[in-house]
Amino acid sequence: MSLVQQFKDTLTRSRQGFLGRLGDLFGGGEIDEEFYEELEEILVSGDVGVQTTLKLVEELREEIAARRIRERSEARELLEDILGKLLQTAAEPVTPEQPPLVILLVGVNGSGKTTSIAKLAHFYKQQGKKVLLVAGDTFRAAAVEQLEIWAKRAGVDIIKQQQGTDPAALYFDAVNAAVARKADVLIGDTAGRLHTSDNLMDELNKIYRVINRNLEGAPHQVLLTVDATTGHNAVAQAEKFNQTLPLTGLILTKLDGTARGGIVVGIRDQLDIPVSYIGTGEKIEDLAPFDPRAFTAALLQA
Amino acid sequence: MFSSLADKLQNTLRRLRGKGKLSEQDVDAAMREIRLALLEADVNFKVVKEFIASIRARAVGEEVMSSLTPGQQVVKIVNDELTRLLGSENKSLAQPAKSPAKFMLVGLQGSGKTTSAAKLAVHLRRSGKKPLLVAADIYRPGAVDQLKKLSASENLDFFSLEQSDPVAICKAGLKFAAHESLDPVIFDTAGRLHIDDELMSELGTIKDQVKPDEILMILDAMTGQDAVNAAVSFNDQVGISGIILTKLDGDTRGGAALSVRAVTGCPIKFTGTGEKVDALEPFYPDRMASRILGMGDVLSLIEKAEATMDRDKAIEMERKLRSQQFTLDDFREQLGQLKNMGSLEQIMEMLPGGMGIPKELKQLSLNENNFTRIEAIISSMTPGERVNPAIINSSRRKRIAKGSGTSVQDVNRLLNQFSQMQKMFKKMGAVDKKTAMKGLKKGHKGFPF
Repeated sequence: MSLVQQFKDTLTRSRQGFLGRLGDLFGGGEIDEEFYEELEEILVSGDVGVQTTLKLVEELREEIAARRIRERSEARELLEDILGKLLQTAAEPVTPEQPPLVILLVGVNGSGKTTSIAKLAHFYKQQGKKVLLVAGDTFRAAAVEQLEIWAKRAGVDIIKQQQGTDPAALYFDAVNAAVARKADVLIGDTAGRLHTSDNLMDELNKIYRVINRNLEGAPHQVLLTVDATTGHNAVAQAEKFNQTLPLTGLILTKLDGTARGGIVVGIRDQLDIPVSYIGTGEKIEDLAPFDPRAFTAALLQA
Repeated sequence: MFSSLADKLQNTLRRLRGKGKLSEQDVDAAMREIRLALLEADVNFKVVKEFIASIRARAVGEEVMSSLTPGQQVVKIVNDELTRLLGSENKSLAQPAKSPAKFMLVGLQGSGKTTSAAKLAVHLRRSGKKPLLVAADIYRPGAVDQLKKLSASENLDFFSLEQSDPVAICKAGLKFAAHESLDPVIFDTAGRLHIDDELMSELGTIKDQVKPDEILMILDAMTGQDAVNAAVSFNDQVGISGIILTKLDGDTRGGAALSVRAVTGCPIKFTGTGEKVDALEPFYPDRMASRILGMGDVLSLIEKAEATMDRDKAIEMERKLRSQQFTLDDFREQLGQLKNMGSLEQIMEMLPGGMGIPKELKQLSLNENNFTRIEAIISSMTPGERVNPAIINSSRRKRIAKGSGTSVQDVNRLLNQFSQMQKMFKKMGAVDKKTAMKGLKKGHKGFPF
């Protein structure tokens, strides 16, 4: 079978639900080397990452040996447990004693920050909160306009300035405005930046310091958007961003494709940063709090 | 980019290099390392399997075993196979006989279509074309605005229709191009998921109506295993003719490029290496393979220099250098041109041995702030001082430091460096002028740095 044909088949499978294949793997039969190899491939192909995959498979191997399990079908629950434990959400997301709750979104270019902000705005607005957005991407052409359109759709107010303004200065004003207008939640956008750009990372750190100096304890949540199609580089991204300003969680975006976003398992394993939300579509309501059990099931099931 | 993969392969092969002959176990160990390195670089696992199989077959074969330096043989095999996998040579854009040429950009959300569209237009304008950008992304809020603003700031022709559908916009864009004699036409389409049947068939309709000469898929270099699924799907449903690999300025190893090339057979035509509109480079598979193996990428560097440096200026500079009339003014100008070539880090990475430079050192010497500081210091001098730095006494030094917001030490350091450079050029001036001119004609500029 040609390589291309193989991919076409994989694709058809993933449309129907990728893990028909894993279903087969756990379906029946003896646990042998082939089982572990196939499992490795499935995890790697879901972008779980090489290191974490090897570690997970090793852990499963030990558990299976310890419990003297022979049947593949019994191994499934074990693996789900291992993954579930690893992905457990952290304690409740931080909220301040007094509003406003300040949330900052950061991430590399094209990872879905602006769209996620719109979804978060909608999420809080639905809970009856007064939401204020900050059009903090003052670099990319029309990024402000993009967020403005979303703000209108979500029915929330927005703080903006012209393209090219110093975002740190904008945030200084925005925090003051949020306090003055008695907003419950302030959600801030930032320009997309590659984590390897020292200057832009410094700028981000400056934004963080300005917010923190202006309002004690803020920003209460710093969320990194991670595109579900991203491979190993997501770990490097999370690491660098986390060094620049302490991340409280991830938003796993674009989970509506065939990518399964397994790299968040790697990020959790190597950096202990939990997933807070998942983005599952282009509509404003397509955001859900992360459910580790459901995610694990989706990763391991059709 | 790719540097970690190169490191890993080099480490494995360095071990091989030390040995006289390869045993089966040696090959196994090397293959395992290469397999892990490629997987960590996000090359699709099926592509990795094929790659390893083809290398192993050759590595355990007689050609290596009987060779005196098996390590080098494996390096060569890996290099050959990587080059083959990346596509053997650089493929340029189609140049249809019928005007205008039509290029359509497609891809997933956030892959960098709009930015790439503007970059492509700027690139084509450099070769004397009059491109038109057509914004057909009516779905993402602000997408049309984004391209419009980019076009305006780069003085590029732009077309879109309000409250219209993408197919109509593209058709009207073509008419507009014909009317204004614009060529080529670049269509920026909305990002979409490869499993979104409705939007995928919309692309098919645009294709039927516009009949593009190229359909370029924009691929984020950071994409993981799923890259092949998207690529195969776009290729099946719309048919792609080439790939633009974006966001290569990060530290991603970019294995997705290898996989997508392998499964679609479509060449990678350009790479995006920054947020500025001129950060678009042709893709050279052979150079990239050399780069993966740490052999540097000198050719790209020379081409970059050629594209950004004015040829006459370069010849004039060469003359000045040789006649020892190189002044601080010239120095500043060269710095400016060097800056135009892109970030220093990118330039350093292309130099052979660049991979071997320790990270700390890289950061130290490549601080772009130093550049700005030097420029500021020179700009704070009088024209007389720039031509004849010998007249700069201590009170002048104080004034220059104040004017440039630096310290007297900074000024001293620059003056020292400059006088050392002048000494170096004096020596260079003694070199046979014939060889120098030959080099210049070939495109090797007299680069003092």
